[in-house]
Amino acid sequence: MQPVIPIIILALPLAMFLVLGLFGNKMSHRLAGVLGTAGMGVTMVLAYITAFTYFFSGSGEFYDAETHTRLQSVIFNHDWLAFTDNLVIRLGFLLDPISALMLVVITTISFMVHLYSNGYMRDHHGVWEKGFQRFYAFLSLFSFSMLGLVVATNIFQMYMFWELVGASSYLLIGFYYTKPSAVSASKKAFIVTRFADLGFLLGILVLSFYTGTFNFTDLTSTEVADGVYRISEGTAEGIKNIFATSAAPVFMGGSVLTWALVLIFMGGMGKSAMMPLHIWLPDAMEGPTPVSALIHAATMVVAGVYLVARLFPLYLMETAAMDIIVVVGALTALYAAMVACTQIDIKRVLAFSTISQIAFMMVSLGVARPEFHHGLGYMAGMFHLFTHAMFKALLFLCAGALIHAIGSNDYTAMHGLRKHMPVTHITFLIGCLAIAGIIPFAGFFSKDEILTATLGHSTLWYVWMSAVAGLTAFYMFRLYYLIFWWKEHKVPQGHHAPHDQPWTMTLPLVILAVVSCFAGFVPMGNLVTWNGHEMFDNVSFFTNLGALDWSVASISLLVAIAAIALATVMYKKENPLPSKMKNALPNLWRWCHHRFYWDELYMFITHKIIFGCISKPIAWFDRHIVDGTMDAFATMTQKASYAIRSLQSGNIQMYVWFYLIGALLLGAITAICLM
Amino acid sequence: MFCCGVYGFITRRNMIAILISLELMLNSVDINFVVFNRFLFPGEMEGMFFSLFAIGLAAAETALAIAIIINVFRVSENIDVRDVTKMKF
Amino acid sequence: MESVGSIIVYAVIALTIIVCSVLAVTTRKILRAATYLLFSLFATAALYFQLDYEFLGAVQIAVYAGGIVVLFVFSILLTSKPGDNTPALASKKRVLGGIGALAMFLVAGYSLVSRTSMLSAVAAGGNPSMTEIGTALMGTGHGQYLLPFEAISVLLLACIIGGVVIARKH
Repeated sequence: MQPVIPIIILALPLAMFLVLGLFGNKMSHRLAGVLGTAGMGVTMVLAYITAFTYFFSGSGEFYDAETHTRLQSVIFNHDWLAFTDNLVIRLGFLLDPISALMLVVITTISFMVHLYSNGYMRDHHGVWEKGFQRFYAFLSLFSFSMLGLVVATNIFQMYMFWELVGASSYLLIGFYYTKPSAVSASKKAFIVTRFADLGFLLGILVLSFYTGTFNFTDLTSTEVADGVYRISEGTAEGIKNIFATSAAPVFMGGSVLTWALVLIFMGGMGKSAMMPLHIWLPDAMEGPTPVSALIHAATMVVAGVYLVARLFPLYLMETAAMDIIVVVGALTALYAAMVACTQIDIKRVLAFSTISQIAFMMVSLGVARPEFHHGLGYMAGMFHLFTHAMFKALLFLCAGALIHAIGSNDYTAMHGLRKHMPVTHITFLIGCLAIAGIIPFAGFFSKDEILTATLGHSTLWYVWMSAVAGLTAFYMFRLYYLIFWWKEHKVPQGHHAPHDQPWTMTLPLVILAVVSCFAGFVPMGNLVTWNGHEMFDNVSFFTNLGALDWSVASISLLVAIAAIALATVMYKKENPLPSKMKNALPNLWRWCHHRFYWDELYMFITHKIIFGCISKPIAWFDRHIVDGTMDAFATMTQKASYAIRSLQSGNIQMYVWFYLIGALLLGAITAICLM
Repeated sequence: MFCCGVYGFITRRNMIAILISLELMLNSVDINFVVFNRFLFPGEMEGMFFSLFAIGLAAAETALAIAIIINVFRVSENIDVRDVTKMKF
Repeated sequence: MESVGSIIVYAVIALTIIVCSVLAVTTRKILRAATYLLFSLFATAALYFQLDYEFLGAVQIAVYAGGIVVLFVFSILLTSKPGDNTPALASKKRVLGGIGALAMFLVAGYSLVSRTSMLSAVAAGGNPSMTEIGTALMGTGHGQYLLPFEAISVLLLACIIGGVVIARKH
């Protein structure tokens, strides 16, 4: 494949960023919006072309017809910085199942968000928001960074774009930079992810030191033709040898590979908001809602999942690391689901829901084994990534429409809106059905395959994740009913009744809702698996239906329906049942509402322990001892000079006297020495 | 002679007196060179020539010093050496 | 050993020098100090004559005793009334001066006495004649002083100019 189109896919958002960033102030708002959206639209079309070429063209570059395996293809790989012969940082474009999938996801969601922001960033009177052009510039920068991340050919390029994504996220969360809460939220996001990236960097260094390479294709695949690779069964031979020999030392009970993979996963934990590094995501809702839809629902937060998926063959070699992933993911999922049941801000509920769903994906990757249905967990995790991106973005954009109409985030102002905003109502309902996992919406297929994979690994986690799925359905429908039902909407004095938003906002909602209806039928097993080998021989519209394990699926459907029923009973009409439940378990409710006090714990650690016990003594030492020494030198010099300046009396005779005595001393010494 | 010159230089307040002490010192050094020349290096003449030039130099330097003193006298009406301490810290 | 006569002459000259120097630096009247200086210089010239350096002695009298002392007398008369006494000296300065002089005496005396065997052979080599002095001053070979001669003439020029510049009326 010619590298032209991939280069344009990467270069166009970057060019949009530069143009809008440098000249945005001189453009009109409308022009900036149109330019940004058009640029992203072109990128989306090109990405679709690339992905379709990859998946469906059947060319020998991408597909091995004998073994029905999809191959990895390096489109271009440019040597950027060469330190030594081995240590070369390259920038390239790697096209393989997951990167093609991510190209589609990122560009689609980004385009929807671009289009949506045209309508969102104006208020009811049509006045554009201040900084509109800056917003589009940052959106383009983010799109560029995320695209660069997913097509990275080597882990260092991925790290670079990882950091760039973090920086764009900082800029976008802190978009309303005059609000102190937004500023501190953006700082928090950046610092937490940066801290996680410390682990990531350490993992990269350990891994590349022992394997001697940064390239993904060297780490996980064998070369089939020039620039074309196949993911090997259980990773590349050379790498296996390196780690199988006892040359790899053991540190504190874990081999070097385990440490490297766990550290790399730490980086993924930060970006994907796994416990205990999840604290930044709920606060990141301070950014504008389109930002939340793009970054914190669909793209940036799945970067951690993508990282694990990219290094999956390495993880297969070290099941200890995968077990850690499963535990972390499962704990996070349950935690987030519990907290989401008690929040009153729409965006916070959706944020915790995101944390929970990403934990699902992580668990799915953690339980995947090649011997179980060709690595079903891997395929299910990526499938869930795809569908989740669609319906979570949909939910966030609906939330944005609601916030835009009502003017505040918490739902106590938002009851009974189903009559006033029908389009938003229907699309939100579709999103909720999708996330709850009701057939035939998208979430049903992906979630059930995750549960099937988990069951194949361990029953405990299966039950755990099913419980979380039930909670998911419960809190999403709680939110749905509280917004659109509960009681009649009271219009505040002086405001007009809320209404559906302009077409720029509703069109993306409709498109995403349609996708959520049908995305479940995409035969992902033929497109994205851990080693590229297709799962199904004959593909039709109903392949996914036929491939499900119906025992698992029916149980999960029942659980979801029961949860929805519970939510309906409690929240459809105004009644005292929720308050009674809350009063029955006040402590549990309080802990969930305050997010299990994680933020307070972190504040305690940083303020009391780190600042108090480490920073203050060091600062004292620096000020008094280091500076003190320097000051002492200066003071001594000054005092000495004051003491001897009285010698400079201007009195010639004294000068001569001193001179004479000095000369005589020298003479005497000479005489004595020569004696 | 030299020691007298040193004592006089350090002790006297009148600038002319200081110059007189200076002359004593220079003179003593000339005697020294000549005597060494006579007794240690009988055939050579270096010592004598050194003294010759030293006498000439002393004359020139005394002339200049007196010129400076007269200039100072014009300004401050006395030639006390304690009044020329402008180079103090 | 020289004859007794020359020893006596030497002793007289030395005594004159010492007495006049001491008086020159301790007297309170300036004009007297200049006079004592004059006597010291004459005595020095006598010493040169005794050592057979006639030319040097003549120069000493002409330049030093004749020129410089006259200069001193002029400046003294210009800057103070002849009858004035200089004020008394501070004792601190006297002590310091005494220390300086004593130290000098000790060091120099020690170096001289311990190094040279002065009582050895008497003046060999005679009195340099004018021809020798002349050729030495004008020659450029080893032991000949053309360069210092020129240098000192430049120096004298500079002194003249300097003196004129410093002492002119503005």
